[in-house]
Amino acid sequence: MADIYDVQGLRLSLADMARKPLFGAAPRHEILKGLTFRIARGEIVGIVGGSGSGKSTLGRALLRLLEPSEGRVLFEGTDITHLPESALRPYRRRIQMIFQDPMSSLNPRHRVGQIIAAPLMLHGVEGPREAALRALDEVGLPRGFAARYPHELSGGQRQRVGIARAIALRPDFILADEIVSGLDVSSQAQVLAILKDRVRDLGLTLAFISHDLSVIRRLCDRVIVLYQGQIVEDGPCDRVFADPQADYTRELLAAIPDPDPDSDWF
Amino acid sequence: MLDGRGKTRRRAGARLWLSAGWLVLALGAALLAPWIAPHDPLAQDLFAGRMPPIWVQGADPLYWLGTDSLGRDVLSRILHGGRVAFAVALVAGVATAALGALLGLLAGFYRGWVDVLISRFIDIWMAFPPVLFSILLIAVMGPGLTSIIIAIVVIDWTRFARVVRAEAMGQGAMDYVASAQVAGRGRFSTMIVEILPNVLPTIVVLLTLEMGIAVIVEAILSFVNLSISTDSPTWGSMIAEGRTSIHQAWWVLVFPLIALFLTVLSFSQLGEGLKDRFDPVLR
Amino acid sequence: MSFLRVENLCVDLKGSGDRLLRGVSLNVGAGEVMGLVGESGAGKSMIGKAILGILPRSAGVVDGVIELDGENLLALPPKVRRQRIGAKAALIPQDPLTALNPSRRIAPQITDRLVDILGWDRARANDRAREILAEVHIADPDRVLRSYPHELSGGMRQRILIASAFAAEPKLIVADEPTTALDVTVQKQILRLIRDMQARHGTALLFVTHDLGVVAKICQKMTVLYGGLVVEQTDVHGFFRAPAHPYSRALLAATPRHDDPAASLNPVPDDIIQAVRAEVAAADRNWRNG
Repeated sequence: MADIYDVQGLRLSLADMARKPLFGAAPRHEILKGLTFRIARGEIVGIVGGSGSGKSTLGRALLRLLEPSEGRVLFEGTDITHLPESALRPYRRRIQMIFQDPMSSLNPRHRVGQIIAAPLMLHGVEGPREAALRALDEVGLPRGFAARYPHELSGGQRQRVGIARAIALRPDFILADEIVSGLDVSSQAQVLAILKDRVRDLGLTLAFISHDLSVIRRLCDRVIVLYQGQIVEDGPCDRVFADPQADYTRELLAAIPDPDPDSDWF
Repeated sequence: MLDGRGKTRRRAGARLWLSAGWLVLALGAALLAPWIAPHDPLAQDLFAGRMPPIWVQGADPLYWLGTDSLGRDVLSRILHGGRVAFAVALVAGVATAALGALLGLLAGFYRGWVDVLISRFIDIWMAFPPVLFSILLIAVMGPGLTSIIIAIVVIDWTRFARVVRAEAMGQGAMDYVASAQVAGRGRFSTMIVEILPNVLPTIVVLLTLEMGIAVIVEAILSFVNLSISTDSPTWGSMIAEGRTSIHQAWWVLVFPLIALFLTVLSFSQLGEGLKDRFDPVLR
Repeated sequence: MSFLRVENLCVDLKGSGDRLLRGVSLNVGAGEVMGLVGESGAGKSMIGKAILGILPRSAGVVDGVIELDGENLLALPPKVRRQRIGAKAALIPQDPLTALNPSRRIAPQITDRLVDILGWDRARANDRAREILAEVHIADPDRVLRSYPHELSGGMRQRILIASAFAAEPKLIVADEPTTALDVTVQKQILRLIRDMQARHGTALLFVTHDLGVVAKICQKMTVLYGGLVVEQTDVHGFFRAPAHPYSRALLAATPRHDDPAASLNPVPDDIIQAVRAEVAAADRNWRNG
């Protein structure tokens, strides 16, 4: 199986504006500290970590919404680490993202139909309207939703619009960043089921960022555990959950409150 | 659906309809002034000076709102004065909004050196005392409608630029901007398609406020005799003239004042009303 | 004897008349922990807010009894009611970042209530604040009391809020999703702290959460809500062994768990949602018909 992503020694630092001196540049704060991993085509890989672990930054670096400071990111063998936006455009169609907060990622003043169709039009896909409606079908939303505004939808429905927008382009790779963390358990389960089904049907590769190991366990083939900008564990889900190697992974697993009152959890 | 949140509807009706009603009425009357005004606004009739409005004893039924000290018809002068007021409000308001909003959007969305450049320019610009600045401008350009409009635009664009910049900055941090980038949309296109609709409600509210301000600025400049030549009536110049004869003929001051007050108030209420009624996010 | 008794509590959205709570009844004894679970819009936070008298302006109690320590709060004049609530109940809020006033030091934010409602003098209140901060394992209480919120970490602020809730020795504490914003590892520490404090002080605790896992770990009794209606009320061990109501069963099957992926994250079937909605509608019909 060919690799869709090959990440080598990825480092990324951002300017720390809170500590910017009166004159001169702000100090750099290193968020990703040398990450190396591959993502194989067709794989569903979970990326887990606490707040401040750098998991969202990693996601944005894979999509080149952020530019790495060191190391290389290869997408299907092409080095995209420092490509300018214009050179990235042909790849944009093949790499999509679903965001954490649909309230923020769906433009509140555009209708759902526009939101899904806009990327299709930008990439010159034929029949963008029909494709957008089909994408609504695929995530189990009525076609009538195309005329609605995002705030008229429930949280789970909004997140399904996010999925529809991402899959409408028929990309090769989707990054899902904490897409169920704001949802109720019932819509969470439904959104995850739809995402998993569509990813399998369309043969996509998925990177799923989450703070919740239970969700990753249910969805993913493989899990990468991040702690303070470094990979502390990377392996198949079955193995990592049965026999975690890193202390941090063990700590994470022990902290999950399972719905079971009899265990001696504390 | 069983959730009560977000169900509290806003009452937008009265505010919007009253303000829009007055503005449509006043604008219509101003446009039609040459045809509907009962008298020539400049025609003097020294035998009919300081006639009170028709419901006061001793009035002349030909002059509904009375006459000033030179015997000119107050109603006709208000109608004609409205033409100047609305011309200034619409042209100066829209031009100010366009200039200020564009610079504000560029600064707030592009950030970096574009922002530094525009923001510093705004800071310097705002350090000039505005009244002095406008008087100076008009002194240089000479009085007239165009000069007033240019003076208002030149002074007030910063108001738009600052607010729109802050708003665009906030919107720029939203994920739908990142999402447009993922979709492969260019920077300028993102600014117009994604950001602009989200700052538009703010721009509309500011615009209507600005129109009210423009009417007041025109009146103030007329009041200090820096507006249009004295042979075309304006609300400001009527108020200035009325002030000198307040004890003998209160109506010369009061009626243009009411017209001014209602128009400025309606402009500000119109903006809020439009936002409540038409913003899809609030609806 | 239960310390908190809520009977047939009904809360409406003012103006529209939409019902937010539909005849909720519950009892919490001294030293007992009751979990309130449900999805967003189920009204779980609304119950705590109604008890503490902090309902949003747009909502109002239209019927029912809220009895705190044998006294019906709703029958008291507003000023006396605030006095009683201030003396006997407290809140642990959801968001540690906004619950503390950023422009005041920590000390007065803990002691104000002691001085204003219990009538203590400042010195005594300050001693108490120092004591209670030590109890939540804050190493240097004097320094913390002098600090402003922004000088402290998120975890530290959450500890302060817990300490502050226990400072006046209330008999009832309402915890409104106090760990939702936290990482799992921090959540575990905070839950342990709340449990220890509650047990030591013998406080009745009403724990609002959407997470059945958290309920399993910290509560003895629980109330499942849907659309402002009590769907199931039971003891925690019984619930997790065999939930009685179909909706509760579906909710449990939808809850993520890492030890048993097959029993986790199963979407709630549509017919169960339809059925529970029908129950809500039936409750409204009964209520309208008297």
